[in-house]
Parts: sequence; C-alpha cells; structure tokens
Amino acid sequence: MNPILKLLLEGGSLSTAQMAQVLNLTEVEVNRQLDQLKKDRILLGWRPVLNLSQEDAGAVRAVIEVRITPERGGGFNRLAERISRFDEVESCYLMSGGYDLLVFVTGSSLQKVAAFVSEKLATLEGVLSTATHFLLRSYKEMGFLMEIAAEENSRLKVAP
Amino acid sequence: MDIARFIARHVVDLPRSGIRDFFEVVARMDGVISLGIGEPDFDTPWHIREAAIFALEKGRTHYTSNLGLIELRRAINRYVEKHFGVSYRPEDEVLVSVGVSEALDITFRALLNPGDKVMFHQPCYVSYHPSVTLTHGVAVPVPTYARDNFALTAEALAAAWQPGCKLLVLNLPCNPTGGTCNRAQLEAIARFCVEKDLLVLSDEIYSELTFEGEHVSIAGLAGMRERTIFLHGFSKAFAMTGWRIGYACGPAALIEAMMKVHQYSMMCASIISQEGALEALTHGEEAMKSMREQYRRRRDFVVRRFNEIGLKCHLPRGSFYAFPSVEATGLGEKEFALGLLQAERVAMVPGSAFGANGAGFCRACFATGYDQLIEASDRVARYVQKLASSRR
Repeated sequence: MNPILKLLLEGGSLSTAQMAQVLNLTEVEVNRQLDQLKKDRILLGWRPVLNLSQEDAGAVRAVIEVRITPERGGGFNRLAERISRFDEVESCYLMSGGYDLLVFVTGSSLQKVAAFVSEKLATLEGVLSTATHFLLRSYKEMGFLMEIAAEENSRLKVAP
Repeated sequence: MDIARFIARHVVDLPRSGIRDFFEVVARMDGVISLGIGEPDFDTPWHIREAAIFALEKGRTHYTSNLGLIELRRAINRYVEKHFGVSYRPEDEVLVSVGVSEALDITFRALLNPGDKVMFHQPCYVSYHPSVTLTHGVAVPVPTYARDNFALTAEALAAAWQPGCKLLVLNLPCNPTGGTCNRAQLEAIARFCVEKDLLVLSDEIYSELTFEGEHVSIAGLAGMRERTIFLHGFSKAFAMTGWRIGYACGPAALIEAMMKVHQYSMMCASIISQEGALEALTHGEEAMKSMREQYRRRRDFVVRRFNEIGLKCHLPRGSFYAFPSVEATGLGEKEFALGLLQAERVAMVPGSAFGANGAGFCRACFATGYDQLIEASDRVARYVQKLASSRR
C-alpha cells in the first residue's frame, strides 16, 4: 500500500509537511502523490468525523434496505448509481443476502428523511421495496469511539 | 533510632537506578515530550482486554498450576516452535512468570551459588547487574560497541571472560541500543559458550520487533537448546507491560529448580494475565504486526533526523529504541540530557544509566506518536544548534 495512504489510515491527521518529514519526501512530492491518488480515484476526498449526537452536528440518519430489479446487461449498477446521486444518500452498497442495496441516508429532520424515502427512493422504477431503519445512537464512528474521550495516556514519563 | 541498620548490606550497597533519578527531574516538569519511556504507546489490543474481562466474568479467579495454565503453556510451545524453531514440552519445560523480570530473578536465584559469575553485554537493561548482585552473584559486563552496531561479538566475550563464569545473559535485540546479532555472530557466541561451558539466559523480549532480516534465537542453534534458558514475554510485542506476564522455557531439570523458587515466592502468575496472554498468542499476531510496522516507520524517521541533526545514530535492527551519540555536541550524556530537558523539554535517558560504557549516548524511545516525534526532533535540533553556536 502507498505509504502516504498508510499514514492517513493510521489517523494521526498529519499535515502534508509532517508527512513529508516522516516519509523523507519533499512536501511537493507528498502533494504530487496525493493528487495522483485522487486522479486514480483511490483517495476520493476528505470528510470530518463528527459526533452526530452533539447538537451542532445533529442530523437524522437512516439505513435503508432496498430491493431492486436487476437489468439485462447492466445488472444493478444503473439503478444503484442513480440512487447514489441523491444528496441525501451518504453511502450505497450492493449486498448479498435478503436485499440488494444498503443505503445510508441523512437529513435534517425525520420528516425530510421519510419524505425522501417515500417520494424519491420508493417511487423509482425498478425499486421493489424499501425497509427503513432510523439510527438511534452512535457508539463508534469511522474508528472513533463516541463516549470515551481518548483517555489521558497514563504512561510514566520515564521507564526502564 | 537508626532504622537503616536493619537493611541488608548488599541492598544498602546497591546503587539507585540512574533512570529513577532522571525520572524524578522529569516528573517535576510540565510540557515535556518524553522519549524516555520503555514501553509501547499503544494500549493492549481490545480483543486481549476483552478476553481477560470474559475470563473474570466466567469466574476464572483462582490459583493456577505453579507452572501456569496448561493451555497457555501449550500455546507458548506452539508459538515458540513456530517463531524461534525450538520446541519445549508444555508439561515440564515451560514456566509462566510474572514478566521476564521475575523469570530473570528466579533463574539467578535457582542457579547461582554465592560468588558465581554472570556475564552480560553492556549497555543493557538496568536490572541485570542488580539482579545478579541481589542473588549474591558477581556481574561480569561485556562491552558492545557502536562500531558493531552494538552487536555482541565473541571476541569481546573472550576478552571479558574470567574463571568462574557460569552464565551468559543475552538480550537481543537489546534495550537500550537496539543492537542485535546475526546468525554467524550468534554461532560464534554459541561456540564460545560450549567451549567455556556457559549456560545461556536469553531474554528475547524485543524479538518480534525485528525490522530487517530474521530474528535468530540462540536456543535454536545446534547444541544450544540443552544449555539455554529462553525468556520471553508479552509486554513489548503485544503492548501488555502492565499485565506483568512472561515465560521461561528450558531443560526440565532447570525449569523444575526455577519452579521451586517461583512456587514459594510467587505461587503463580495472575490468572487474568494468563488468560490475556493466551488470547494474545492465539489471535494477536495481526495487531502485533501492525504495531511493528508503525514502529519501523517511526524508527526510520527518528534515526534519520538524529543523523541530520548531527547526533550520529546507527539504525537499530530491533526494539523501539534509538541510541544516538551525543559526543559531537561536546557534552557528556548526562549534561546533554539535563540541558535538553531544561532548554527544550525533551526527555531522553542518559546512556550511562544502562552501564558505564553507555557514556556518550542517550536512549530515545520512538514508541510515541509522529506529531510528538516531529516536535521532539525539531527541539533537539534547536538545542544542538544552540550548543554549537555557543561554542564558537
């Protein structure tokens, strides 16, 4: 794996200057590689990870199990891509098992999410059924625990 | 009343640890970035902690066999066989101890008669010398040198050897130098041990943190299993320092002798820690490898920075310590470390805390986050520059 990606995944949120120092590259080279990773569509972009139970970050989220009709030639792709393009859709995955697509949706209120499902998603041609589950509480988000603020490391300052 | 007169003479005579003195200075300061810590910055992987919690819930709260849980000893044998190429009978050749520290202590207590001599390479872990003294043995340090990247050589051994030497303690990779020996060097050491009839105590606590090439255990070399006690533990590779759990493997007669001391002093290692250790051995490899990879990247960065700054530093093949020379600054290691602490609030341990021939070096532990390492190295650079310009 690209060493820059590894550093990013370790989650230290280093600046490009810091990454350059750690990897013994110039900052220009780090930026060039980041650009290349974006061009190759490996690194898609940056998003902050928020605690959605805090008021400032407040949003309603739902996961929706969607069953759709596959099409000759295109399979599930055309419809899945079409669903993915809605702003309300955060993520969309093709699944094995009892349904076809798992869709993560956010909205500023329950009504907005409900309206999206009933007016937009469920009415698309090819969508056979939807089952919507609202998220009640988050315990871990993208690798970050919600409750326990990273405990102050209790290591001694000097040890043998 | 002079209460001190009750203290045993050999304890009175024991010098305080140089690390402790330094710790007390550091503990009084704020805003210190510490590269002085001899333990991983990772917490124990959750699956290990969770297994220990589950063991408690199940009511696993009793004594275990003196030697340790048989399931754990079996797992230890499988692990040691796979990674070190030596096999030990779980029934009578493996003893679970309270960290390698206890294993070391009971080995000395079980094997040393007063006056028996114990060789160990220096700079080395702070406990070896005092542990030998406390068990009425005589310490015979063998120097390792920066020119050999702090590998122990058979020549240095031969030069330091004296009649009455009974044991050789190895710690490869080594705390504080990160030095280790390749196969050929170890074979020469093994030949020397056979020739001089030395028993080897091999503390391989940092073996998983070997970054390049293979880690070779002396226990796996021809003719050495029968004269080696292999010591290992979970603290470094699995980030389990506070669990205090380790083990000793060796010929049954020696393990039996060590078990006698262990059963009267310790009874058994904590069952909770034993349960955690079992989980670490059976499912911990992936987390261990990921930690090792992060250490390797940090090592590359830190060693490169020290050399750029002008503190000559060899690339340690193992452990999470860099051992740069501070000679170029014109200061001794203690002066340098104290000055660095006061001027820039970075803690590194003076090399002389690890034996007299650690003079001129400092130990920097790179088991800490990148941001801290970057900041610390910038501060060290600033300090070294200041020293250079004040000399001009």
